[in-house]
Formats: sequence, C-alpha cells, structure tokens
Amino acid sequence: MITSDVIVVGAGLAGLRAALELNRHNVKVAVVTKVHPARSHSVAAQGGINAALRNHPRGKFDSPELHAFDTIKGSDYLADQKAVLKMTTEGIERIYELEHWGAPFSRTEDGRIAQRPFGGAGFPRTCYATDKTGHVLLHTLYEQALKFEAASERADMQIFDEWFVTRLIVYKGTAKGVIALNINTGELEIFAGQAVIWATGGSGRVFGRTSNAYINTGWGMCVPFYEGVPLKDMEFIQFHPTELYTNNVLITEGARGEGGFLLNNRQERFLANYEDSAKAMEMAPRDIVARNMQREILAGRGVEGKYIHLDLRHLGKKKILERLPSIRMHAIHFAGVDPIDQPIPVAPGQHYTMGGLDVNLNTESKVKGFFAAGECACVSVHGSNRLGGNSLLETVVFGKIAGEYASAYFKEGGGTDVPVSFLNQILKEEEDKIIRLLESKGKENHSAIKHELGNAMDLGAGIFREARTMNVSLEKVKELKERYEHIGLNSSGRIANFDLLWAIQLKGSLDLAEVILRGAINRQESRGAQFRTDYPMRDDKNWMKHTVAKWKDGTIHLGYTSVDLSLYKAKKRHY
Amino acid sequence: MAETKTFKVFRFNPQTDKKHRFDTFKVPCRPGMTVLQALNYVQENLDGSLAYRSSCREGICGSCAMHINGKYRLACETQISHLSASITIRPMAHMDIIRDLVVDMTPFFEKLKAIKPYLIPGDPDEGAERIQTQDERAYLDYIVDCILCGACYASCAVNGYDDEYLGPAALAKTNRFLMDSRDKADEQRLALVCDEHGVFRCHTLFNCQTVCPKNVDPTANIANLKRQIIARQLNPGFSKKGI
Ligand SMILES: Cc1cc2nc3c(=O)[nH]c(=O)nc-3n(C[C@H](O)[C@H](O)[C@H](O)COP(=O)(O)OP(=O)(O)OC[C@H]3O[C@@H](n4cnc5c(N)ncnc54)[C@H](O)[C@@H]3O)c2cc1C
Ligand code: SF4
Ligand code: FES
Repeated sequence: MITSDVIVVGAGLAGLRAALELNRHNVKVAVVTKVHPARSHSVAAQGGINAALRNHPRGKFDSPELHAFDTIKGSDYLADQKAVLKMTTEGIERIYELEHWGAPFSRTEDGRIAQRPFGGAGFPRTCYATDKTGHVLLHTLYEQALKFEAASERADMQIFDEWFVTRLIVYKGTAKGVIALNINTGELEIFAGQAVIWATGGSGRVFGRTSNAYINTGWGMCVPFYEGVPLKDMEFIQFHPTELYTNNVLITEGARGEGGFLLNNRQERFLANYEDSAKAMEMAPRDIVARNMQREILAGRGVEGKYIHLDLRHLGKKKILERLPSIRMHAIHFAGVDPIDQPIPVAPGQHYTMGGLDVNLNTESKVKGFFAAGECACVSVHGSNRLGGNSLLETVVFGKIAGEYASAYFKEGGGTDVPVSFLNQILKEEEDKIIRLLESKGKENHSAIKHELGNAMDLGAGIFREARTMNVSLEKVKELKERYEHIGLNSSGRIANFDLLWAIQLKGSLDLAEVILRGAINRQESRGAQFRTDYPMRDDKNWMKHTVAKWKDGTIHLGYTSVDLSLYKAKKRHY
Repeated sequence: MAETKTFKVFRFNPQTDKKHRFDTFKVPCRPGMTVLQALNYVQENLDGSLAYRSSCREGICGSCAMHINGKYRLACETQISHLSASITIRPMAHMDIIRDLVVDMTPFFEKLKAIKPYLIPGDPDEGAERIQTQDERAYLDYIVDCILCGACYASCAVNGYDDEYLGPAALAKTNRFLMDSRDKADEQRLALVCDEHGVFRCHTLFNCQTVCPKNVDPTANIANLKRQIIARQLNPGFSKKGI
C-alpha cells in the first residue's frame, strides 16, 4: 500500500497544476498516471490559451468581464456564470505564472506574451507558443513538478507513471484513494489518501472520428461515475471544424485566426452564404462553422464530395513557417500536402467533451474528498459549446483551485478513517476482475466492438442529430454492451499487457456512449454543439438546465439541475 | 487497394522467454497508413499480446520512438509507403526491455532530472510576464520542441558504452535553459554538464541530429555548451580515468 495525504489521478495540465498547488501547501502528494506526464493529451493542444492580457494592439479594451461574456454567449448560456467569471479573472494570474515558470510563449514586438484572435472572442486574447501551446505548457509544468519532486523543503511529491487506475475507493460516502495497476509489472496496488483529485482528461475515443489521442477512452470519467459521482451535460460534444480529412489530426483554429480561408469545391468562401456565419466568417464559433461545413458537404459542394479545403496559401511561406510550423508538418505527414503550395483537406470531427464529472466552482463533488478538474470535469464553464483556447485555461485555473480546496480539506482532517480491511477487500475485488478478464475465453473481439461503437456514435451523436438515428445508435450501443460480456483475451501474462488495458477501458467507452446518447435524445432542443434537426430551436423554457446522469446498480438515470444565470441575461446568439 | 507488407517485430516477454525472437506479421496497408497503425492492426487482429506505447498518434507525445528499418523514428509519423516491402521493428537500445517494444526509460529521465530541467530566474516570480524579445525567443525555436522520445539517446553510441553519459536530450535541455534570456544560472548549469560524463564525452557523431524527429539538433546544442564552457574557462571536472 502506498499512502499519501492526497492522491492526484492524471498528470496532464490539470493534474500537474493541482499537484503543484497541494505541494506548495506542504501536502504530501502521489500523482498517479497511466502514461508518462509528457504523453498526456494536453501536449497536443496547438492554438493557445485565453486571457485578457491586453497585449495585442487590438486588445487594449479587453477585460475579464468581456472574456466572461464571450464565453457565456459562446456556451449558448448553459455555462454557470460565476464560475466563468472566476476562470477569466484568475486566468490572467495563471498565465503569468506559467510564464514565470519558464513557458516559452511567442512574443509581441515589445517582448510581451503574444496573442492571436480565436473564434467567438471579441478581442485577440489567445496567448500562444507558435502552434505548440499545449506542448510547451505541459513540459513547463512537468519541469516544475521535477523541481518540486527534487526539493527537500516541503512534504514529498512523487509521480507514479504508467500506473493505470481501475477503481476509486469510496468509504461511507468519502473518497479515500484509488486502486491502480502497475502497467509494467501487472501488479495491483492501493493508493490511500485523505482526498482524491481527478484529472483524467477527455473522452473523444468514444467516437470514431476524433482529434483525441488513443488514450482518451472515457474510462477515466467512468471510474468515479461508478462510485457515485454524477456526470453532467455529457451530450454536449464539440466537433472541431478542421480536422485532417485523412486521420482526424487537428488543424488548429489558429490557422483561421491567422487568416486561413475555408473553401468548397467551387473555391467559394461559403461561410458568407449562411446567416449565422456571414459576418464573422472563419472566426465564427466552432459549432456554427462545423455545421455549415457539414451542410456544404451534404449539399454536394464538398471537395470530391467529402471534405472542405482550408487554404493558407495567401498567408505566405514566412507566416506559415513562423506561426503554424507543426500543422504544416501534419499536413505533409498525414495528407501528403504542403500548405504553402496546396489547400489542406479538412472535415469536422469530435474534439472536446464539454460535459464531465459534476463539480461546483470550487471543484468539489457530491462525494466528500473527491475533487475534479480539467476536461474530465464539468464545472460548468463551457456550457453547451466551448470557445477555443478556454480549456487550457480551465485546466490551470481549476487545477490550482482543486489543489487549494483539497489541501484545506486535508488539513481540516479529511473525514473518517478507513479500515485497512476495507481497502484490502476492494483490492481483492479488483484483482478478481483482472483475473476474470485475463482468463476470458469469449468469441468477441473487443477491438471490433470499439470500432463499431465509434461508427455508431459518429452516425447517431454527430453534428446533426435526430431522434430516429440516435435511437438506432442507442440500440447498437446496447447490443455492443451485451457483446462486451463475451469478449476473449487470448493474451498472455500481466507484464505490459496493453490488450488488457484496452479491454478494461472499452467498458467505460460503452457506458459513456449510453450517457451521451440518452442525454441527447432527452434534450429536445438545439443548443450550442447539440443541433437537432427535429428540434432546431433553443428552448430556454424547458431546457435551460444541466443534465445530470447517475449510476445506480449498473443502470444510468438522468436528472436535471439549474444553471447559474446571475450575471448576464440569456439572449439569442448572434455573431 | 490494400497492399500486403511484411512486418518483422522484435518480441520478448521476460515472464516466459529466455531469448528474444522476431515474429512475422502480414499487414494489409492502405495508402497513407503509418507504422503505428500497422502495429495497431497486429494488436487488434493478429496478436493482442504485442506490447508498444502509443498515445497522440501525431508525433507530439513522444511515446512511440522505435527502430524501424535501420533508423530510429516515431512509428506514428512514419508512412509505410516510404519503406520497403519488408519492415523490421526493434525497441530502442541502451535501455532494458520491459516487453517487446516497451523499454524502461528510467535512465533517460534520471539524466534529465540531473541537469535541473527548469527555469532558474534571477528575480522573484512577481507581476506580469518577464520581457523577452522576439529574437531571444527565436533562439529557443527548435530546442523547446523536444518531446522526450528518447530516439537520440538510443541512437547515441556513447550512451551505449558509458552508462553515465548524460546523453543528447538532457544536454540539449541544458542549452535550452542556458540560452533562455530569462534564466540566470549559467555557471551552475555549465558545472552540471562539464564533467567526464557530460558534454566532453560527446564525440560529435551526429546520430542524434540525424534521428531527432523534432529537429532539436542536440549536436549543435552540445557544441554551444562546449563553447560556453571554454569561453568561460571553466575547469572541467575530469577524473584521471575519464579521458
Ligand atoms: C488536438 C487537440 C488540440 C487542442 N488544442 C487546444 C487549444 O489550442 N486550446 C485549448 O484551450 N484547448 C485545446 N484542446 C483541449 C485541451 O487540450 C484539453 O482539454 C486539455 O489539455 C485537457 O487537459 P487535462 O489535464 O484535463 O487532461 P489530459 O492532458 O488529457 O491528461 C489526462 C491525464 O489523466 C491520466 N489518466 C487518464 N486515465 C487514467 C487512469 N485510468 N489511470 C491513471 N491515469 C489516467 C493520463 O495519463 C493523463 O496524464 C485541444 C485538444 C485536442 C484534442
Ligand atoms: S532531442 Fe529529439 S530525439 Fe532526443 S528526445 Fe528530444 S525530440 Fe527525441
Ligand atoms: S504516438 Fe505520440 S509521438 Fe507517436
């Protein structure tokens, strides 16, 4: 058994920021992560992180309030407003802190942090490091974590990488640690602590066409869900307008921010032909751009009938090399085109999970001692549609808050003690589950189930939704869940058994898929990222509320809670 | 359209095997397919027990460096069509094998930790951002792109015979901080790398420069460190057996 004051699960931006905060408060921390911190998906974020720093010549009148307003409007008024203002206000300090810790942001001519325009934002407020913002921020926090690990003046901090969490330990309604599998030895271990901070990131791999890393399976969100932490607003899935048509690798919104055009097969900037994007054009919010792209494709005006061209050629070689070097390489590697000479084939795909573990603006949940931050959590600051550049911000703002609140909770005593016999019993249950899976001899191939799930979600829960297709997909998910009970793992041993890891995680993907579809079917309106062809209007009277899903004895139950609308009145979204 | 290619993949499971072997898999390859996708195909359809790391599948997380047809590369960025009909894959060298293509990168990360890989500024962390000019930032352009994949370390002959040699990535990281206009710990940093297992152990073989998928160019970074040490006339802490 490994004991610590607080256990952090996940070492992306949110998890690392939380761990640093805990340790700053002299709290002993164990960070448990299934991949080395630098492999976390935060590393793939490209475009940037929002805050009203006012460094851009066109941003002189920006403010946290205006940033909050843009975010709330972008959310189609489903975000909790005080939480948003907290994020946009504290965000400024968090960015400076990242810079102080060494993050190599791109610079303005006067040597300040550079900012670029992003969709749905009134001012250029997206701070960036070329098109590798997530990479430099994650490495910066990892570097700080190494510094904290090596320091002797505080309580211990230790990162346990390549440890896969299978279970959250909840004793008498209080979180007390986790069970994790050491991937490289196959041994299970108890991590006991007085509080747990959850930061397992997004769940894009529930879909087939997604910009997310393979590791974003959704299992991370399900582990606490199974133990009583509800999931909120899971039906709201962001589809990013510009993913490479070939393999869904992301082409950052920064490419449009720098002036890129979207063209149909007639070389038209077609966004001009749609009322909701005619004014903002390529800088309209993601949900609107993605829908209009899909409409063009459906109307037969896609290039080769299938995708849209993102044209950067007019930006010139110098700007492309300076500001967008890695998306150029992505286009070359994965689509065989050099954006300096040719347009990039793109199409919308799954990108971000707006919903997540239900927490309040202090990252606290219904389960005592359980906190969550980052993409796995739903505070909610994104409501039904996230603005680009706001989720990196969310990770560091709420990661810090989680560290702060968890350390206060720990210092106040952290609830009742848990008997060792209880911990051992949970360990045994997990051990039995692993053995059962390892020895499973069913006929079903779990990879096949995963691919069928991805297709069903792309079809049923995509950009355009309607009751009929969603129900077809829901039936399919139920069938796949049934088939999952009959999978067979023909492999071998416990050391680095990735087959086992993928098989465990598929269960989470399947359960999340059901939560997403049922939430989407129930919600008979169109709001933000959810567009229902059978209910094309927003319906504030009936649906200005958060969906809350609960897990009870293996089944999913939906309920609803209210939205914090205390700052701005809900209006129609115009851009 | 699918063309079948042959993959010979290094296999070793310490729990059951005394010796490693190569397994041969036939994989149908679509245009545009990468080596990582071929490994996925094997794991999903032919042999679930094949072990390798992967995450981002877009060359940014550093999980998937391996030896592919004679060269260290990222499996996720390597197009199969650029390789011959028969493809041989081995794990990275100079590190113990955990299973198949998964190696124990602990020594690589321990060496990274040894060089104090974090900003050491001269002034307190207060107020708004520190000012850095565009030119000062431009110097860091490729160095900060390191994804800690380990390809340089595995390709370096010196790492093969000197277990304690810091290796290309850790040394390049030293230069990344040394050359950062905000960092004020030059002497401390140089002192950490100027012993017999540091920069002067580098024989300028250019392997790291050749394999680095992110153009970090550790060779040039190491050269700069050597220049800085010599310019400051720091006394390299060599022991007699070192040279
Ligand atoms: C391609 C791409 C580009 C993006 N670009 C931007 C952008 O420009 N701006 C922006 O604001 N946002 C962007 N986003 C969104 C943003 O990057 C993410 O929302 C954010 O980085 C998530 O960070 P996180 O810390 O919550 O999770 P992650 O960084 O995903 O980290 C999750 C951590 O949890 C661990 N973990 C998960 N499950 C387990 C388990 N069972 N056991 C142990 N550990 C586990 C993982 O090992 C990992 O360390 C982008 C997203 C994508 C996909
Ligand atoms: S320097 Fe290059 S090869 Fe070496 S670890 Fe960094 S990215 Fe990989
Ligand atoms: S899978 Fe991330 S670098 Fe290859």
